[in-house]
Amino acid sequence: MTEPDRHGAIGTPLRRKEDLRFLTGHGRYTDDFNRPGQLHAYILRSPHAHATIGAIDSVAAMESPGVVAIYTGADLAAAGLGGVPCGWGITDKHGKPMVEPAHPVLAQGKVRHVGDPVAVIIAETREEARDAAELIEIDYGVLPALVDAVEAIQPGAALVFDEATQNTCFEWEIGDQAAVDAAFAQATHIAKLDLLNNRLVPNAMEPRAALGDYDPGTGDYTLHTTSQNPHVIRLLMGAYVLHLPEHKLRVVAPDVGGGFGSKIFHYAEEAIVTWASGQLKRPVKWTADRSEAFISDAQGRDHVTHVELALDDKAKFLALRVSTIANLGAYLSTFAPSIPTILYATVLAGPYTTPAIHCAVRAVFTNTVPVDAYRGAGRPEATYVVERIVDVAARQLKLDPAELRRRNFIPRDAYPYQTPVALQYDSGDYFATLEMALEAADYAGFEARRKLAASQGKLRGIGISTYVEACGLAPSKVAGALGARAGLYEAAEVRVHPTGSVTVFTGSHSHGQGHETSFAQVVSSGLGIPVENIEIVHGDTAKIPFGMGTYGSRSLSVGGSAIVKAMDKVIAKGRKIAAHLLEAAEADIEFKDGQFSVVGTDRSKSFGEIALTAYVPHNYPLDELEPGLDETAFYDPKNFTYPAGAHIAEIEIDCETGVTRVIRFTAADDFGRIINPMIVEGQVHGGLAQGIGQALFEHTVYDKASGQLLTGSFMDYCMPRADDLPNFDVSHNVTLCTHNPLGVKGCGEAGAIGSPAAIMNAVADALAPLGIGPVDMPATPEKIWRLIQSHRTAPAAA
Amino acid sequence: MYDFNYQVPKTLAEAVTAIGSADDGKLLAGGMTLIPTLKQRLAQPSDLIDLAKLSELKGISRNGGGITIGAMTTHADVAASPEIRAAIPALADLAGNIGDAQVRHRGTIGGSICNNDPAADYPSALVALGATVRTDRRELAAESFFTGMFETALEPAEIVISITFPIPDKAAYTKFPNPASRYAVVGVFVAKAGSAVRVAVTGAGPAVFRASAFEQALERNFTADAIAGLHLPADDLNADIHASAEYRAHLVTVMAKRAVASIT
Repeated sequence: MTEPDRHGAIGTPLRRKEDLRFLTGHGRYTDDFNRPGQLHAYILRSPHAHATIGAIDSVAAMESPGVVAIYTGADLAAAGLGGVPCGWGITDKHGKPMVEPAHPVLAQGKVRHVGDPVAVIIAETREEARDAAELIEIDYGVLPALVDAVEAIQPGAALVFDEATQNTCFEWEIGDQAAVDAAFAQATHIAKLDLLNNRLVPNAMEPRAALGDYDPGTGDYTLHTTSQNPHVIRLLMGAYVLHLPEHKLRVVAPDVGGGFGSKIFHYAEEAIVTWASGQLKRPVKWTADRSEAFISDAQGRDHVTHVELALDDKAKFLALRVSTIANLGAYLSTFAPSIPTILYATVLAGPYTTPAIHCAVRAVFTNTVPVDAYRGAGRPEATYVVERIVDVAARQLKLDPAELRRRNFIPRDAYPYQTPVALQYDSGDYFATLEMALEAADYAGFEARRKLAASQGKLRGIGISTYVEACGLAPSKVAGALGARAGLYEAAEVRVHPTGSVTVFTGSHSHGQGHETSFAQVVSSGLGIPVENIEIVHGDTAKIPFGMGTYGSRSLSVGGSAIVKAMDKVIAKGRKIAAHLLEAAEADIEFKDGQFSVVGTDRSKSFGEIALTAYVPHNYPLDELEPGLDETAFYDPKNFTYPAGAHIAEIEIDCETGVTRVIRFTAADDFGRIINPMIVEGQVHGGLAQGIGQALFEHTVYDKASGQLLTGSFMDYCMPRADDLPNFDVSHNVTLCTHNPLGVKGCGEAGAIGSPAAIMNAVADALAPLGIGPVDMPATPEKIWRLIQSHRTAPAAA
Repeated sequence: MYDFNYQVPKTLAEAVTAIGSADDGKLLAGGMTLIPTLKQRLAQPSDLIDLAKLSELKGISRNGGGITIGAMTTHADVAASPEIRAAIPALADLAGNIGDAQVRHRGTIGGSICNNDPAADYPSALVALGATVRTDRRELAAESFFTGMFETALEPAEIVISITFPIPDKAAYTKFPNPASRYAVVGVFVAKAGSAVRVAVTGAGPAVFRASAFEQALERNFTADAIAGLHLPADDLNADIHASAEYRAHLVTVMAKRAVASIT
């Protein structure tokens, strides 16, 4: 097999190195690992959304064939295990800490959502464990279930936790309320909108799995798990749940089949298999099936929001007022408190100069699966709020939505730009991406297409969304001040081997992002060596320095920057070695294209020669310099990065059925410098599919009375498929990030952040001629059909 | 799944004996519903009798009576069959839009009709085309075969061998797929043979049914306009999180109109 392009310079669409193994079945995922003597765990989960747990009778189950052990919440409490910790603490608007209820690994006293783990059955085979689970009798006392956050805060509602009054975890706010009130008092126009941001099930292709393996010889524990951040799991599980010191605990996240945020978090099953392996002195494996994933993987979104935008007589934005109720589900997942707060409200300025912004957030417990980060994590919700209200204002003022945006964009010369909600944008050009998108989408020609569609009985609409996201999480000091209980730097080790090939150990984790290729391109460009001489290693706490993992579009901007810093150290040391070999002053050595040269001469040493010298230091300044060429760096970002862009959706509604079809989708994004345009395009495509999925298809429905998940399989939960989507028109404008060495901003979440509002603005545009007002996601056929029915004046020529 | 005895008879006679003597046996065709049901532990048969090796149950042929399709013929084979494409293209199209490619290469016509899922596509074709179902012991008209939600007229241990479809003058099937499962929220099969028109509706009710008002209107005037003003009462129709009964009733008219429009 030949590779068409292996030189791998930054900016080339190098084919992904990892794909050969993925596509030929040679990937190794957690469930592919098996250990001699391995046992299997089956988690018995609550069938009820809310119930007290009475007596648990597992006598018959213990006698079932193959059963080795059964543990319940009481057993884990007796063994002294801690609860599943939350990694982010929010201080509420009164200065008090959020309500942080206990989150036992296995439920104690009460179950709080369908799927809440109650017991674990460990047997010789998975089927035997499951057989035995059916013999366990639990005396549940069913309690009223709450699935809706708005209902959960009504007086007299049942309580998910006794300590959380009105089921409220915290009430939090950001921004200058007085300034906002004053601006509204002065406003010429006010636009108002109520919005739902629908709950999503992440549905990574690979369900979660965990394999705990205790070595009785050394006392070491190894956990293989489907994680986006093995060091974070080691820290949280070791320190808070199992009380295991880190040098006795290794966490491996091998090939992982997608995460989208849902595999950031520390889950109970990881602690269960690790602890049980120690108890039983045998490896213990657990693998979720898809049905289990639906009720145990942290879900996303689920906001109820009221938003108001004040404008002056020239349609300049004066102030934005936002009030959001966020459903956190039944427990605080690892980063849950940060999502509807820090990662949400700080992005409400969007690309606009809105001088005053206030956002109040009430975070609420319900009897549903916990909610946490899902692709975009807070920023899609914020973008949706801003971009929908801007469109409402444009319609109200009878202004072209593109023009209204232009009037309010942050000027090109205003960077660094301080928003009223904490962030300082370093660079951008929102005019450029909007113009690129308008042109690519033939915005000017739309009205003709609308007329043509109307002549065929179809309603066509076009919608714009211009977003700014805060990525590259995050300056540790800032994150800490905002409640993070961890640092958010990244680590990298660049290990140069004696013959000049390189292994890079990165704290970032690739679970679909293509790091093994794009990071190799960064190293290839930096060290002037071919990509095939570079190996990128990730996902094993025994190999890599303490890293924070992959989420928040941070891998390249933070993880890649750590690699650059480590490479800088390698090059600096190489210059010293070269100066010695070439008998020149270090200051006269320059490094370029893999050669250390004496400036102004033809004398030079290759990178390989320097590496060999470092490991065979016969002619070497040993008095001043250690042998070896192996450098580690930790990079803590100075700021967030601010990818931005303009998305334009063109949709068509079949009036007879209410079906919305996406005809055309255009994305013009600014991700800063692009390392591998093919990988970036793939990231945008995937993000758009998920964003369009949220807007048109995906809908998590819990039964209000029972709390049962009604969309608990792909029979009822509609994932977007290729034939639901148009060909995407993707393009890029580049403004460099000013504060990281690569000038990169991140691209992983943009598609999911920008696209929902573009689609829903297009739906609103299509329906506006019928006098139909705003529509909530997802724009499902019956919903749209009913709206059309109730406003039946028929489209122009139908 | 729970344990069961797995049997693979080589002949129809062996299959009849196997299912007849099993405690609580189930016949396995393509397994597209049965296997997920077993995996979810929602069924616990004593025996699974796999019909895969029975050559009597396979194949497509055209004869005097029409098109005969063996019960174990996959949807993909029906979709690709030149005989069916030539004689009843609507039936080939229907098969080609069931589920996804994987389902179409495993799922069979016999398995589909015996399961009689209210949202399955095939029952509407059998009823609208006036097909005959042949079993190991008798022949049944399609209309008497489908008796209710997941229910058929089959006796215990009765095995479907083939289905014979008369060839219509014109036929079309239009479905509104459930966006998640791609089963029919509403599917309407319209067939015209001489002056007789049959309109069979799947997905909308507990089982496939004929829409007689639509048939009468189309027999008078075989155009989409002829049925544009007709509406089924929503009272007895299915309702779920994807579609209310009222919406389904509306979709029956729309799908019927589109089916007729596609062949006029």
